[in-house]
Amino acid sequence: MSKNLDFVKFDKVDKSYDGKVLVVKDLNLDIAEGEFITMLGPSGSGKTTCLMMLAGFETPTNGEIYLDKNPISNIPPHKRGIGMVFQNYALFPHMTVYENLAFPLKVRKFQKDEIDKKVDKALSMVSLSGFENRMPGQLSGGQQQRVAVARSLVFDPQLVLMDEPLGALDKNLRESMQYEIKHIHESIGVTVVYVTHDQSEALTMSNRIAVFNDGKVQQLSSPDKLYEEPVNSFVAEFIGENNTFAGQVTNMSGKACKVKLNDGTEIIANPISVKSNGDKTTVSLRPERALINTKEKMDNNFKGKIEEVIYHGDHTRVRLDLLGNKEFILKVPNSSANMDIKMGNQINVSWNSHDARALDPK
Amino acid sequence: MSSETGKILTTDGIPLEVSLKKAERKNKIKAFLLVAPLLLFLLITYIFPIGDMLMRSVDDKMVTEMLPKTFKSMEKWDGKELPPEEVFESFYLDFQKLVEEKRDGKLSTQLNYTKNGFKSILKKLRRKAKNFEEGNYKEQIMAVHQRWADVEYWRAIQRRAPAYTSQKYLKGIDMYKNEEGNIVSVEEDRRIHRILWLRTLEIAFFVTLLCFLMAYPIAHLLATLPMKYSNLLMICVLLPFWTSLLVRTASWMILLQQQGVVNDFFVMIGLVADDSRPEMMFNKTGTYVAMTQILLPFMVLPLYSVMKTISPSLMRAGKSLGGTPFVAFWKVYFPLTIPGIGAGCLLVFILAIGYYITPALVGGASGTLISNQIAFHMKSTLDWSFASAMGLMLLAGVLAIYWVYNKLVGVDNIKLG
Repeated sequence: MSKNLDFVKFDKVDKSYDGKVLVVKDLNLDIAEGEFITMLGPSGSGKTTCLMMLAGFETPTNGEIYLDKNPISNIPPHKRGIGMVFQNYALFPHMTVYENLAFPLKVRKFQKDEIDKKVDKALSMVSLSGFENRMPGQLSGGQQQRVAVARSLVFDPQLVLMDEPLGALDKNLRESMQYEIKHIHESIGVTVVYVTHDQSEALTMSNRIAVFNDGKVQQLSSPDKLYEEPVNSFVAEFIGENNTFAGQVTNMSGKACKVKLNDGTEIIANPISVKSNGDKTTVSLRPERALINTKEKMDNNFKGKIEEVIYHGDHTRVRLDLLGNKEFILKVPNSSANMDIKMGNQINVSWNSHDARALDPK
Repeated sequence: MSSETGKILTTDGIPLEVSLKKAERKNKIKAFLLVAPLLLFLLITYIFPIGDMLMRSVDDKMVTEMLPKTFKSMEKWDGKELPPEEVFESFYLDFQKLVEEKRDGKLSTQLNYTKNGFKSILKKLRRKAKNFEEGNYKEQIMAVHQRWADVEYWRAIQRRAPAYTSQKYLKGIDMYKNEEGNIVSVEEDRRIHRILWLRTLEIAFFVTLLCFLMAYPIAHLLATLPMKYSNLLMICVLLPFWTSLLVRTASWMILLQQQGVVNDFFVMIGLVADDSRPEMMFNKTGTYVAMTQILLPFMVLPLYSVMKTISPSLMRAGKSLGGTPFVAFWKVYFPLTIPGIGAGCLLVFILAIGYYITPALVGGASGTLISNQIAFHMKSTLDWSFASAMGLMLLAGVLAIYWVYNKLVGVDNIKLG
C-alpha cells in the first residue's frame, strides 16, 4: 500500500480576519496519510486558525486546502467528514454518552444495530464501556475527554483534528491521556492534526511538529530533529531550554565559525543561518550539552562562576555567570558526585562547537 | 491560637457544640432580620390582600345581616308556595329597621343582583310601609305590588340567606343557580364572560407565540455578535423598558390609526386604496401588535441569558460530526435553549393574561381582555366581590398553567440567567 504523502495539503494559504493583519501567511504544508502532526506555537501564532480552516469553520483568504487531492474550500464542514476534538470537549450536555457517540452515525443514517456496534467499539477503545447512559456532566474531566475522542473517531473519519484537547486537564491526567491518544493513533492509523501550545505534549506524541510563530511555520520536522537541530532562534527558544550568546561572526570556515561575543571573548560555533563574516548572530546551546570539569576534549573551554544551585531530584540545575551571560543554565546529573558545585565557586565549562548553533540574531 | 481551640475540643466536646449552635443562631437571627422587612412587606401587600380578596369574593353576609329575622322565619318555609304570614311580618320589621338606618338602598342593590325587578318594588314598599297597620302584613305587602305576591321573588330572597356564596364565581363563567338550585348557563346572548376568558387565553397564547418567534433570532444574535454590536442591540431591546408603558401604547395609537403612519405608508406603496384603509386599532389587531411589542423584552432576556451560556463550539461539533446546519441547530442548539424558552413563554403568557392598560387603550370592544372587565366592575359597577372573584379565577388559571408547565417541562428547567 503506497502512502499518500500529501493527504492534506495547504497550498499558499493566507488568512486575514480584518483585511489588515495576516494571521496566517503563505502556509504550505503537506501532511501524509496516517501521520500524527502537531501544530505547535504560542497563542496567536495562527495554529488554531489553520485547524479551523481545515475543519471548514473559517475560509482561507487566499490559497487552497486539498484533502486527498480534492480542494475543500467550498465544502461545508458537515460534508468534509473530518472528526474533531474541541478545546472544551464540546460534548452535547443534554445527551447521554451513547447519544453523543450515536449522533454522527444517526445523521449518516446508519442502522440501529450498526450504531450500537460502532458505539461499543469506540467506547471500549477509550476504556469507557458501561458508561453509555451517563450524562457528560456526570463524568470527570478525563472521562469527558475520552468520550470526545471516541466521538470524533466513531464514524471512522480518515482525518481527526484535535484543538488543544488536553488543555483543561491536570498534569498527571494530561500525561496519561497523551499516551492513550498516541496509542489510539497507532492502533487505528488515522491521520491526526493536533494543535497545542505545550511543547512536551508535542514532543511525546507527534511524528512531525510544525512550529508556528507569527502566522508562519518556522520549522517542520520530527521531534528529535526539532530539539537537537533548531533552524532559528525562535524554535530554539520555544522548544526546550536554551542558553544563548549574542555576538558577531568573525571567522567563517565551512563547518565552524568563530563568534566574537559582546564582552570580547571568541567562541567556536556551528554556523546554521549565518553566511559571512560580520553577520550578527545568536548562539544557542542546550544546557545538557555543556559539561563541567570534564576530561573529554572539547573545543570550547571557559570558566564561570556559580550563581545559583537548584536541586531537582534526578539532576541539579546550576546557574552560572559565563562569558557575560548571567542566566547560563547547566544540568548536572546527580550520579556524578560533583562536590565543588557550590555557590560562588569558579568552575570549568566545556562544549563541542557542533552543539553551539549560530542562528539568526534575536 | 490553634492549640487553644484544640484543647477545648479534646477536653470537652459539649461546650464546643453549644457555642457552635450559639454562633449559628446569631447568624440565623441576622439572616432572618435581613429578610424580615421584605417578608413583612410581602405579607401586607400580597398575602393579606389576596386573602381579603378570597373572603370578599365568597362573602354574602351583607344581606344575611340585613334581614336576620326574615331568614330565621324562612327556615321552616319549603319554598313551594308563598311564605306564611310570619315571614312577611319579619321581613316588614327588618325592612323598617333598614329604612330607619337608611340602609334600604343597599338591600335593593343586593337583591337586584339576585333577581331583576327588586329595586322598584322595594322603593314602592318603602313609600307604602309608612302607612301600614299592625297585623296581616302578608296582605298589605302583597297589595303594594303584584310581584310581592310572586313566589319567585321570595325564593330569590331566600337564596341570599347563606353567609357565603359561590354565585360570583358562577357569574364569572356566565352561569347561575336557578330557582330550583341547579347550576345553569345564562342565555346565549348574555354570555359575555366566557367570550372574554377565551379571548384572553387566545390573545395571551398568540402574543406569546409572536414574541417567541421574534425574540428567538434576536436573542441568538445578541448572544453571538461581538461585544460592540451586541451592546447596541441590547440597548435597542431594552429601550422600550425605559419608556413609559403609556407613552408606548399611545405611540402605537398614533402609528396604527386609520390616518396613521402605517396606513399612510400602505397607501403610499399602493398596498391599499386610500378609501379602504384597514382598521388596525380598537380591535384585536391593535392589541396583538402593541402587546407583542411591549412584552418582547420579557422573552428576549431569558432566551439571551440561556443562549449566552451555550458554547459556540457545540454547534461546530454538531456540524463537524456531519450534521447539516439545520440538524445541528435542531438537535443540539434548540434543546439547550428550552429552559430559556420555558422561562420566557411562561413569563410572557402570565403577563399577557392579566394585561390591562394596553388592551384598554388600543383594544376597543373586540380587543379587551378579562382584566378590563375586572377593572370595569371595580370602578363602574362597584361590584367588588365579583371583581375579586374574577381576579381569583385569573390567579387560579395562572397557577394551573404553572402546574401544567411543571408537569410537562419541569420548573427546574426554567432558567432566567
